[in-house]
Amino acid sequence: MTGTLKAYAVRLFPQVAALAIILFMVSLAFPGFFKLSFQNDRLYGSLIDILNRGAPVALLAIGMTVVIATKGIDLSVGAVMAICGAVAAASITAGHSLAFTLAVTISTGILCGLWNGVLVAVLDIQPIIATLVLMVAGRGIAQLITEGAILTFNHPGLIFIGSGSLFGLPMPVIIWLGFGLIVALLVRRTALGMLIEAVGVNRRASRLSGVSTGVLLIAAYMLSGLCAALAGIIAAADIRGADANNAGLWLELDAILAVVVGGTSLLGGRFSIAASLLGAMIIQSINTGILLSGFPPEFNLIIKAAIIVLILVIQSPRAQSAFIWLSRARATEPTKGQEAK
Amino acid sequence: MQSVSSYVLSATGIDKIFPGARALNGVDFSLARGEVHALLGENGAGKSTLIKCLTGAYRRDGGRILLDGVDVDPHNTLEAQKLGIGTVYQEVNLLANLTVAENLFLGRQPRRFGLVDARAMNKQARALLSEYDLDIDVTAELSAFSVAVQQVIAIARAVDLSGKVLILDEPTASLDTHEVAMLFRIVRRLKERGLGIIFITHFLEQVYEISDRITVLRNGQLVGTRETAALPRRELIAMMLGRELVQEVGEAKHSETKAPGEARFRFRSFGRKGHIQPFDLDVASGEVVGIAGLLGSGRTETAEILFGAERADSGTAQADGRTLDLSSPRAAIREKFGFCPEDRKVDGIVGDLSVRENIVLALQARRGWARPISRSEQDRLADHYIKALDIRTSDREKPIRLLSGGNQQKAILARWLATNPEFLILDEPTRGIDVGAHAEIIRLIETLCENGMSLIVISSELEELVAYSSRVLVLRDRAHVAELTGEEVTTNAIIEAIASAHEGRPA
Ligand SMILES: Nc1ncnc2c1ncn2[C@@H]1O[C@H](COP(=O)(O)OP(=O)(O)OP(=O)(O)O)[C@@H](O)[C@H]1O
Ligand SMILES: [Mg+2]
Repeated sequence: MTGTLKAYAVRLFPQVAALAIILFMVSLAFPGFFKLSFQNDRLYGSLIDILNRGAPVALLAIGMTVVIATKGIDLSVGAVMAICGAVAAASITAGHSLAFTLAVTISTGILCGLWNGVLVAVLDIQPIIATLVLMVAGRGIAQLITEGAILTFNHPGLIFIGSGSLFGLPMPVIIWLGFGLIVALLVRRTALGMLIEAVGVNRRASRLSGVSTGVLLIAAYMLSGLCAALAGIIAAADIRGADANNAGLWLELDAILAVVVGGTSLLGGRFSIAASLLGAMIIQSINTGILLSGFPPEFNLIIKAAIIVLILVIQSPRAQSAFIWLSRARATEPTKGQEAK
Repeated sequence: MQSVSSYVLSATGIDKIFPGARALNGVDFSLARGEVHALLGENGAGKSTLIKCLTGAYRRDGGRILLDGVDVDPHNTLEAQKLGIGTVYQEVNLLANLTVAENLFLGRQPRRFGLVDARAMNKQARALLSEYDLDIDVTAELSAFSVAVQQVIAIARAVDLSGKVLILDEPTASLDTHEVAMLFRIVRRLKERGLGIIFITHFLEQVYEISDRITVLRNGQLVGTRETAALPRRELIAMMLGRELVQEVGEAKHSETKAPGEARFRFRSFGRKGHIQPFDLDVASGEVVGIAGLLGSGRTETAEILFGAERADSGTAQADGRTLDLSSPRAAIREKFGFCPEDRKVDGIVGDLSVRENIVLALQARRGWARPISRSEQDRLADHYIKALDIRTSDREKPIRLLSGGNQQKAILARWLATNPEFLILDEPTRGIDVGAHAEIIRLIETLCENGMSLIVISSELEELVAYSSRVLVLRDRAHVAELTGEEVTTNAIIEAIASAHEGRPA
């Protein structure tokens, strides 16, 4: 047990370290950064804000991690968020109950995932192309549902999901933490994790070993769709309306980035949900940090890009092997004599 | 002692350390002009690592390399090529989605007005391959061809590239007798031209047929370099294993035919259009049926439809009178079938996963995702097979792609044995496996058969087929053309059956 714990610690170290350094730097620029206060049964503070604002990307990153582990990618998640936000808003304004609305919205997300999964697993279309279809068409579909307008609502139950709180934490935080935990337990306590990794590393060999590669692939995209639905509900509940044009815009890229910063390879295989969630928080910390430290907004994207490049360079195999090489050179130099013949 | 300058390549004190494993420890190796030098040793001895250090595919951690008496330090295969060292690595590393011609001339395509002259390239490619009696469409994608054909293409490329040294790492593993003879003809010609040739193999007959000197490695250390003519086979094996081997597989006589019992598995007009013509096959419990034939004769195709990797479109399959569902590998595995494929890199290993995970994969897949094999059980299974098959790895958590080729092969075999199959199909099972392990594996398989497992073995090694099959099917042109039983099962009879089958074909 301590062995696996140690393995987790080693695996998550780069992400934890990166997050700690970024938070520390932000706190230098913005002194009150770590301060938390408790009002109206809920924690407030910049850290909570990061957890809260980062919810959509964190949720998307969960599904994206699993899809990427299968050697795929899901570009449609931002658009699916918009579709699901629109479906939720349309359903609740049409007077349906909250439970019905949530069920329909989540089913919509899963259905979108099913579509992607079938294109990838059954028709064998490359994931980047297969999901591009829905990425492009999705916003159109969302606009059809909202009939081109921003569909607002004021159903207290739905709004609660976006801005309510539970156990002192904002609802979005509870949702992504809880859902992340469920998915992580599901893949690691069952054999799913290993089978997904096997499919991502070598789909042919996995199929020949009896792994149901098609079912796993489709399930991965369905999970991603489900995550997008949850993120879409939160985003819509937050602004109390469905904005087909802007909901989830570019978030697929942030989600992919979160997975990559989390150290899961785009080539598929080994994955860690926890690391991707940390990746999502790293990205959100950078966003919030830049905002708080009062840099002129035109620098935001450049600084964000620079920090991410740095993290990726440190993680790159070349840099890693250079570290290994350096540490070994230092370790072996004194002991190695000339083995003359 | 020859003077240093008579060596085209000479390496001294080569070290290579991997995390957790010292692969080479001060190895000396020298290659004379016009010599074929066999590099031998058990699986994981460090042969592939040594040649990768020579060609710069790996950075060595110590030692000198002299080419024509001059220090060289190639940083990658391309630099080595420029120095005149052509290499065929153990795992074919051509580009699957490029054409055959592009693979042959990658990085040195004939150009015209600065553009690749595809016509000239294809013409040269055809000319190059004709030396190997290979008449294929050079504009087709490489992935369209079998491993063996890919292997020949890799050899043709390396031979064409090598000005001074040619390195062949188990080039004959997937080739049949005919192609091996062809390769040796070319090697002899290069030898006359004064090239130094390093040849790695586990086929000792081939070593004695073609090599002038032998260098043996064991556990990353040099055991010695000897003249081939002055090294008896037994002594060579002892040098490799560090112990005497009781009996080699090739030496074994055809096992006295156990009266094959009642056929347990019955396949009737089983086939698939464009793949393999319908055939009948009966296999008794505990019986070993061999499949022989030239490359492309339909051996692998037979295995694939038996296992459901390709769905049969005609015929029936029954076991004990019950109809079997062989519509997919998954279904076949549920029927307690197993299939150890020929191309271990593409169809076998899941490279980034650990040795443990690779071993339990098929068993876990059969149990389904919701019933995970507990970690302690996985560890037990992995340790059991690592010991039983003598898989050389620093630990069971090592990613399988870091194992030596032969040890990967053993791990894939372990994956199937772990499922306790009742019907096991092995496609070139001992490919790349050393003499010692070879004998162990055969013994293990024999025990399993005694316990009732039915076995289909596809192999280009006829001695091996003869040694343990009670029956041998001979294939030609994607059809089953002959069946040898009992006393008829001899190497000569198989060769004859293949050849006579061929006479019928228009030239
Ligand atoms: N990249 C690597 N990382 C870690 N260990 C490695 C790596 N490559 C090889 N090894 C280890 O080095 C040892 C020697 O491997 P090598 O491939 O040279 O064996 P080999 O003699 O070619 O065996 P085979 O006959 O099976 O091909 C093995 O124990 C292997 O596990
Ligand atoms: Mg090797």
